[in-house]
Amino acid sequence: MSEIVLKIDDKEVKVAAGTTVLQAAQQAGIYIPTLCHHEKLEAFGGCRLCIVEVESRGWTSYVVSCLYPVAKDIIVRTRSEKVDKIRKVLVEELMAHAPDAPELVKLAEVYGADRNRFERKESFCVVCGLCVRYCDEVKHLNAVGFIDNGAEREISFIPEVAKDVCWECQECFALCPTSYAQAAYLLTEALAFPGQRKAAVRAAKVPVATQRIIPIKPVAATT
Amino acid sequence: MSGNNIDGIIAIIEKYRGQPGSLIHALVEIQHENHWLPREVMHQVADALEVPFAQVMQIASFYKAFSLTPKGRHEVHVCTGMTCHLRGAAKLQAKVEELTGLRDGETDAENKFTFETGACLGSCSIGPELIVDGKHYGRMTPEKVEAVLKQYE
Amino acid sequence: MPKLQSVAELEKYRAEILAQRDPAKPCIAVCAGAACDGMDSAAVAAAFVTEAGKLGGKIEVRTTGCHGYCEKGPNVVVTPGDICYFEVQPADVPEILAATLKGEVVERLVYKDPNTGAKAVHMHEVPFYKHQTRLLIGDNPKIDPMRIDDYLAVGGYAALVKALTEMKPDQVLDEVKKANLRGRGGGGFPAGSKWETTKNAPEKTKYVIVNGHEGESAAFMDRAMLTGNPHKILEGLIIGAYAIGAQKGFMYTRHDMPLLEKHVRNALAQAKEYGLLGQNILGSGFDFECELHFDVGIFVSGESSALMRSIEGNPPEPRPKYIRTSVSGIWDKPSNLNNVETWANVPQIITKGAEWFTSIGSEKSKGTKLISLSGNVVNSGIVEVPMGTPLRTLVFDIGGGVRDGKTLKAIHFGGAMGGSIPADLIDAPLDFDGMSKLGAPIGAGGLLLMDEDTDMVEIARYLLDFLVNESCGKCAPCREGMPQMLHILTNMTQGKGKPGDLERLEDLAEVTGAASLCALGKTSPDPLKSMFRYFKPEYEARIPGGSGDK
Repeated sequence: MSEIVLKIDDKEVKVAAGTTVLQAAQQAGIYIPTLCHHEKLEAFGGCRLCIVEVESRGWTSYVVSCLYPVAKDIIVRTRSEKVDKIRKVLVEELMAHAPDAPELVKLAEVYGADRNRFERKESFCVVCGLCVRYCDEVKHLNAVGFIDNGAEREISFIPEVAKDVCWECQECFALCPTSYAQAAYLLTEALAFPGQRKAAVRAAKVPVATQRIIPIKPVAATT
Repeated sequence: MSGNNIDGIIAIIEKYRGQPGSLIHALVEIQHENHWLPREVMHQVADALEVPFAQVMQIASFYKAFSLTPKGRHEVHVCTGMTCHLRGAAKLQAKVEELTGLRDGETDAENKFTFETGACLGSCSIGPELIVDGKHYGRMTPEKVEAVLKQYE
Repeated sequence: MPKLQSVAELEKYRAEILAQRDPAKPCIAVCAGAACDGMDSAAVAAAFVTEAGKLGGKIEVRTTGCHGYCEKGPNVVVTPGDICYFEVQPADVPEILAATLKGEVVERLVYKDPNTGAKAVHMHEVPFYKHQTRLLIGDNPKIDPMRIDDYLAVGGYAALVKALTEMKPDQVLDEVKKANLRGRGGGGFPAGSKWETTKNAPEKTKYVIVNGHEGESAAFMDRAMLTGNPHKILEGLIIGAYAIGAQKGFMYTRHDMPLLEKHVRNALAQAKEYGLLGQNILGSGFDFECELHFDVGIFVSGESSALMRSIEGNPPEPRPKYIRTSVSGIWDKPSNLNNVETWANVPQIITKGAEWFTSIGSEKSKGTKLISLSGNVVNSGIVEVPMGTPLRTLVFDIGGGVRDGKTLKAIHFGGAMGGSIPADLIDAPLDFDGMSKLGAPIGAGGLLLMDEDTDMVEIARYLLDFLVNESCGKCAPCREGMPQMLHILTNMTQGKGKPGDLERLEDLAEVTGAASLCALGKTSPDPLKSMFRYFKPEYEARIPGGSGDK
């Protein structure tokens, strides 16, 4: 495959055609923030935090680097006044859901985001979709899905599926930037199939110490 | 599935068996046939069309046109499109809510009315509009609502 | 009806239809457009059919699509002479028939000027119609949308004949490019360039699509065209497919209009029966099929990539790829999408030529534009005027000004993603680029009048309330930004504005516009931006302490 030369933050970068700007930056050791990105999953383009400034033939545009393919001679700027402002406001919007989520707290420091700037939201899910997409694309279980649209969109465990597969897996819990996935699962369990897991655990004589609802096999964290 | 049109639903599901790309078509037809999408029907759709149930739920909950709960015998809509809004749809909506005791999206305990506000249906010139079971009542005023609703049992 | 095997057979058939029709025989056209239908025009049409039946075929009755003057429905037009009757009730029917037989006019049902009382009998004298140039919608009163023969009788499918017999696909494309036909759905992007991109894309399988979603609130002309004259759009689509080299087309339209569905289904079936769709169309060797698809009522599904995902049967989320659908659309094949009105323009460009088309309109916006006129206007309805027409003509000469004797405060274009301009810009011409510069892009063509009592903060709140429910919710700036704007605006309308609200609104508008994934999110703050440009004092007045900085 042919190689493409582009510039990211004044650094000349050479990558294979078809690479995204985010991948190119990562290969060159340049950091771009992401929330919904995961290397095992198809690029989603949902959180928009990886937005960068691209200059091509004199035109400047703002694109999300996780999806934008590299092209010859483009100039990418991963930070600029406008890029920083977008990221700041996006972080402020997401902090209305999850003001204490570690990833957001870190980003808030970098971009000067005010966690209290916007009206606090009920749900602490930021709809990055990592749980839904991981369950679909990697695990092929589809125990958790999106429901509703617009501002009402959220993730929802499907009790009919979740009761048989989630306890054994739990892998999405560690992916979740706000711990919402874990909470949503437990709530689903409590409402739809209470006690079933406990009975199963008792029957299998699992020692109490290992009956914890945190992932036994942590999966690669997003970078 | 008592109370549902089982034969009609089964025929639709069979028509699209093995065609994941026809999920939306199947759900639209079932909605038209049955006026709502029972959960067990969505499971059957998922199995027949070979689509994960989570995806069926995603689509069914995504669109306002699909109903996940049973609807009343009569569907009452107030258009809240922009012209109707400028011409007083809010007052009309308030009157319907007062008379039926229902808010947007609700169905009464007797299953008589389901009330919904709806997007512009393109008959802006006769707005504000009340639409009952697809029949348009144009140039409505709050005073005329009661007489219209009384016609429905 | 046996399939027409050649152009000669089509023209012979057309001649037979025309020979059977006597232009002197009176015909009553009853409008069954959405507004007239809502005023029970069906009862009027039924009365005409019953009563005319007693006259032994001396008068023909035709149920048609929208005539345009929706405010005064049910509309009835009598030919010859185009005598217009308004607000016709079933009880008026015997009198109209009796007068028609005698060649007389029922004076009490014709147009009367609300100020002077002056009457107007014929269509070209009625103020609402006389300032229009009705190239696209003008045929509606002549056509029963269920009868392809009516369309053939007004010269329908002649453009297709010309394209297939006299022109190579490249020539068709060139003609559309020379005509500078710009997309009527919103962006005003040159249709010819888009066609060319799809045509030149390497994949052999290509698709053409009619976007009849028309989700823009208070825009209703596409439905009127598609319901009232479906073959015109289909003819445009087939010609486009021929130029582009597409083998298959999709009509994508609303699920919530039974009449529209009936007419389009019927049109597709008839075109197939006549050999205008299918294999070897009119013996030309060109094959083309067309399928009907429905959206299920959400605005974002009108966005081109979301629409295509919906046709594929996937959740209608916009495709997050930086590749145009004209190159990689439905099932990753090159797919050319134009809206209903754009396709409707194609046949006349082919028949009459690009030179004729470019003689109409303004310097950079050619042809006519359909406008849905509504809001606080005296004469609402569907209007067709040349591009470049001053808004004043639309609002006052055609629209009759503001209802209830009030004064005009603002003109809003483009629905929930459009913009509002103040009344003093009324002399601006209707033009894609000019209106965009003013901050009120034409969009699909929904024009709303707002009177002196309109609260501009409340309008912005209303529009966002609408959009919040129409967003798909995939990307953060649209999903989170719009509800936050809505929350602030709702507070402001309830007297709960806070210092810093305007700054918050500006930041949210900027970021939602810059960072959203698709056109819905990107343009959702546009109404608010136009409000800040022209009506900021109204917003500042809602913040305690005045300006609202900090």
